Amino acid sequence: MATVTLPKGNPRTKLIITIAVGLALPVILFGAVLVLTTIAKPAPVQAFVQTVLGKDPATWPFTGLVYAVAAALLSFMILNFGAVIAATTIWWEMRVSSRMQSRIGYNRVGAGGFFQWIADAVKLLLKEDLIPADADQLMFRAAPYFVFAGFGLIFVALPFGEGVIAADLNVGIFYVVAVTALVVVGILLAGWSSNSKWALFGGMRSAAQVISYEIPAGISVMVPILMAGTLSMQGIIRAQGAWPWQWFVFTNPAALVAFVIFFVSQLAESNRPPFDLPEAESELVAGYLSEYSAFRYAIFFLVEFGNVWIMSAIAVTLFFGGWQVPGVTADMYEAARGAGALPAPAWWGLQVASMVVFAVKTMLVMNLVIWVRWTFPRIRVDQMMNLCWKYLVPGAFVTFVTTLLWQILVASVPVAATASGVALSVLTLVALVQMLRHARQAVEAGGDRVDLSNW
Amino acid sequence: MEKLILRRVDRNSEEMVLNFGPQHPSTHGVINFIVETDGEVMKRAIPDVGYLHRSIEKIGEVVGYPGFMPFTDRIDYVAAMFANEGYAIAVEKLLKVEVPPRAQWLRAISCELCRIASHLVGVGTMTMDIGAFTPMVHGLREREEINDYIEALCGARLTYNYHRIGGVAFDLPEGWRDKVLAFLDRFDKFLPEFDRLITFNEIYKRRLASVAVISREQAIGYGLVGPNLRGSGVDWDVRRDLPYGAYPHFKFEVPIGKGWAGTVGDCFDRYYVRCLEMAESSKIVRQALETIAQQPEEIMAKVPRNVKPEAGETLSRVESARGEMAYYVVSDGTNKAYRVRARTGSFTAMSVIEDISSGLMVADLVALISSLDVVAPEIDR
Amino acid sequence: MKTRSTHEIHALLVDRFGDAVGPLSEPKIDPFCVVKRERIVEVCRFLETEPGLELDFLEDLTAIDWPKRNVIEVVYHLLSYTHRHSIVLKVEADRANPVVPTVEGVWKTANWFEREVYDLFGVTFEGHPDLRRIMLPDDWIGHPLRKDYQEAGGYHGLSNVRENPLVELKRLDDAKKAEAAKAAPAAAEPAAKA
Repeated sequence: MATVTLPKGNPRTKLIITIAVGLALPVILFGAVLVLTTIAKPAPVQAFVQTVLGKDPATWPFTGLVYAVAAALLSFMILNFGAVIAATTIWWEMRVSSRMQSRIGYNRVGAGGFFQWIADAVKLLLKEDLIPADADQLMFRAAPYFVFAGFGLIFVALPFGEGVIAADLNVGIFYVVAVTALVVVGILLAGWSSNSKWALFGGMRSAAQVISYEIPAGISVMVPILMAGTLSMQGIIRAQGAWPWQWFVFTNPAALVAFVIFFVSQLAESNRPPFDLPEAESELVAGYLSEYSAFRYAIFFLVEFGNVWIMSAIAVTLFFGGWQVPGVTADMYEAARGAGALPAPAWWGLQVASMVVFAVKTMLVMNLVIWVRWTFPRIRVDQMMNLCWKYLVPGAFVTFVTTLLWQILVASVPVAATASGVALSVLTLVALVQMLRHARQAVEAGGDRVDLSNW
Repeated sequence: MEKLILRRVDRNSEEMVLNFGPQHPSTHGVINFIVETDGEVMKRAIPDVGYLHRSIEKIGEVVGYPGFMPFTDRIDYVAAMFANEGYAIAVEKLLKVEVPPRAQWLRAISCELCRIASHLVGVGTMTMDIGAFTPMVHGLREREEINDYIEALCGARLTYNYHRIGGVAFDLPEGWRDKVLAFLDRFDKFLPEFDRLITFNEIYKRRLASVAVISREQAIGYGLVGPNLRGSGVDWDVRRDLPYGAYPHFKFEVPIGKGWAGTVGDCFDRYYVRCLEMAESSKIVRQALETIAQQPEEIMAKVPRNVKPEAGETLSRVESARGEMAYYVVSDGTNKAYRVRARTGSFTAMSVIEDISSGLMVADLVALISSLDVVAPEIDR
Repeated sequence: MKTRSTHEIHALLVDRFGDAVGPLSEPKIDPFCVVKRERIVEVCRFLETEPGLELDFLEDLTAIDWPKRNVIEVVYHLLSYTHRHSIVLKVEADRANPVVPTVEGVWKTANWFEREVYDLFGVTFEGHPDLRRIMLPDDWIGHPLRKDYQEAGGYHGLSNVRENPLVELKRLDDAKKAEAAKAAPAAAEPAAKA
C-alpha cells in the first residue's frame, strides 16, 4: 500500500514555540493597540510633546505630526492584529477541512502547521506582480486597499473582553455594518478594473449578492438592538447574561430565527460558500480575483478569511452573550479593580477570563461557518436572489415585528424572557445531543469508529 | 472560429462572447467552449475540441497489433481497462481466437474495478464543479485504494496495458482476492454515506434538477451512450443486451433514469445513474472473485508472436465507464492494421451540448458538462 | 422486439432498392454491403423508420482510404436498440473528389462524425449544415488519415521535426569530452613541470 512519511513526531520545542508564538503574537499586538489607543489622543500627545520633547504644544508646528505618527502607529498595530487573526483563522479552517476530508492537512511548518501562513505570505510576497496592460492602472491598484480598509476598520469596534476594546463607540454595531460595506466597493473595483470578462462576471455577481444581502443582515441585526436598547457593542453584551438561557438568541424566539437569517446573510456578504459565486473556482477561475497575483491577491485572501472571524465575532456579540463569563456579574469587575492607580491582579484575571470566553465562543461559531463551507455546494445566482428577496427579507421583517411585540410583552411579564431562554436552550441542547448521536450512529454504520485522538 | 461568432454579436447590447477554456478548472480536460452570453444566460455554447488530438488512429496503422495496446490506454486514461478490452476483443475476432475463461473473469474484474474508479472521478469532479469540495476528496480516497489494488495486479495506476490479444497479462497476486473483498465491504458502506453527504442535499438537487434535460429521442439521435443514455430513460447496456466476455455469468441490474429529482434526463439523473452503477459494479466484482477459483489456470490463448489476421474487418463493443466504446479494426492480411478506429462516448456527448445550451446559465453549463462526464482524450483521440 | 440477422436486413434492402444496394461481402468477418452514393440517404431513412427494422442508433460513421482501389469508403455502422440487430453499410467515394450526401437529417449524431471524416479524410458531405474542421485547426493543410498524407513541415513557424534526442545528447557529451581533453593535457604539463 502507499506509505506516507510524516515528520518525526512533534518535538517538544516545536510545540512550545508554536504555542508561545501563537499566543504571544496576538496578545502583544493587541496590547500595543490598547496602549496606543490611550496614548493617541490629543491630551496625552500634548503632554508627551511638553514633557519629553520639551516644546510648547500649542505653538510648536509639529504637534499635529506627532499626533499623526501616533495614530499611524495605532492603525498599523490594528491592521497587523487583524492580519494575524485572519491568519489564525486560515490555519484553523485548513485543519478542520483537512479532517473533514480525511486528509492530513498542514503538518510541517510549526506544530500542526501553525506557521504555514507565514510561508504562504512570504511566497506571495515574492511572486511576480502582474498588472494586465489593459487594466485600469489606478483602480486595479486601489481595489485591494478598499477591501483591506473595510476589514481593518472593524477591529476597532470589536469587544474582545470586558475592558478590551479599542474604541467603545456608542454606535458600535451601526459603525460595523457601515464599514463592512467598503468591501463591496473594493470587490466591484477589482472586477471592473481588471478588464477581463471573467473578472467582470465575478464583480457583477458579487455586487448583486452583497447589496441584496445587506438588507436581511441589517434588519436581523436590529433584533438584538431592540432587545438591548443600545447600539453600543459593549452595551449589547452587558444587556445579556453569561449563561445560555440569558443569551439573546434564546430569550426571544424571534431572535433565534433572526440569528439564522443573520448567519446566512453574513455568509453571503463575505462571499463564503455556499454563496461563493463571485469567486466560483470551477466556473470563473477566480472570478473578480482572476487577474490579481502576488501580494494583491494575498490581501483579498486575507480579508476573506478575516471576515470569517469578524462574522463570528459579531454573531457572538449580538446573540451569544459576548465575553460574559458564567458566574461573574458586572459589579464584580468593579469590585476586583481595587482602589490603586493600577488595577489589582484579580481584575486582570477577570479580563483574561472574559477574553478567553469570547475567543472560545467565536471559535465555535467559526467552526459552524467552516463546517457549512466544506459541506454544501454552491447556490446559483438566481436561486441566491430568490432566497434573499423571497425568504430572508420577509423573514427578517417578521422577526423584527415579533421582537417589537415581544419586548412589550417582556416589559409587562419579565418572566417570559427567562421562560423562553430556558425552554429554547434546553431544546437546543437536546437537538445537539441527538445530532451527535445520529452522527455517531452514521459513522458506525459506515464501519468506522469515532476517534478524536488523531487531532 | 471566433470570427464565425463575432460577426453576429451586436456590440451595443450586453452580449459577451467568452472563451470557456481551454485551460479551465472545470472542463474535464483541454476543451474550449465559445459561449455567447447575454448577462448570465447563455445563448449558445459551441464546443471547440481538438486540443488533445494525438492522431492515435494513425498510429494504429504504423505499430503492429500487439504494439497498439498501450496506445489504447491513452484513448481514455480515466477508464483505460475498457479501451484495452475493446481493442483486444476486436483483434481476437479477426484472429478467430477464443479467450480462456479465467482471462475473461480477470477482464471483468479489472474492468469493473476500473469502472468504479472512473465513476468516482466523474461523480467527484461533478460535485466539485457544483461547489462541494469534500465529496470529491472522499471519492478520491476510495479511488486511491482501488489504484493500489490495480497496481498490485498489473503494475500501473493509470495506463494499465493489462489486457492482451488473447487474454490478460498477469494473474491474481497472492492474497489479492481477500483484500479486494474486504475493500468492497468497506466500499459498499461508503456509498450510502456519500449519498447522505451530497446526493440528497437540497442545494445540490436544486442545482441539477430539471437542468439541461435531454429527452429520449435526443439522446438516441445524438448518439449518447452509457450513463448519459440511461439517464434519459433508454434501457440499454451492452453488457446485458449484447453480452461479451464473462458478463453472462453475473447477475446485475442496470439503473436507468427515473427523474428522481425533477425530469427524466436531467443532470441529476445522469449523476445518480453513475452512483447506482458503482454499487452494481461492486456486486459484479464480488461475484467474479467468488467464482474465479472454479476457472482453469490459463490466462492467455495461443496467439502467434507475429499477429497477422486474415484480411477483413470487425466492430467490437464494450460498455465502458463513459458508455459504449466500439473499435472498428480493418485488416489487410499484413501484420499492421489497415485502419483502427475507436468510437468513444465523449465525442458524441460533446455534440449534444450546442443544441441544448441555449437558455442555460453559465453555472448550468458547468453542471451539464460535468454530468455528461466527458474526458478530453476520448473526444480528440 | 424481433432480432433479424444481417442477411435478412440485406434481403429487405435489396427488395426495396434493387441494385442500389450491393451484395453482402462474404466471407469477411463482419459482413457489409456497398450502397450507391446517390441513394444512401434514402436507404438510411428507410432503415431508420421502417417498423421492424428501426435502426435508430448510428453507432459509427467513419472512412477508410484505399489508394490502390482509388476510393475512400465511408462506413456506416447502424444498430437498433429496440430489436438489437445491426448492419454495416459502405459508400464508395471517388478518391480524387470525394463527395457524399449527408445523413445528418436522419441521425443528428452524423453531424460531428461527418465533420471528423471531412477533417481527417477530406470527404465533402453535401447538405451538411456546418462542415468545418473539428480536430485540427481551421487553417490546417491536408487530410492526415489519408495514406498519402505528407506533413507540411511545421505549423505557423512551429517545426514538427527535431533531431533524435539521443543524437543531440551524444553531441553534447562529445563536446564536453573534447573540452576536458583540452584542459587535461594543459593541466598535465604544469603538473609535469612542477
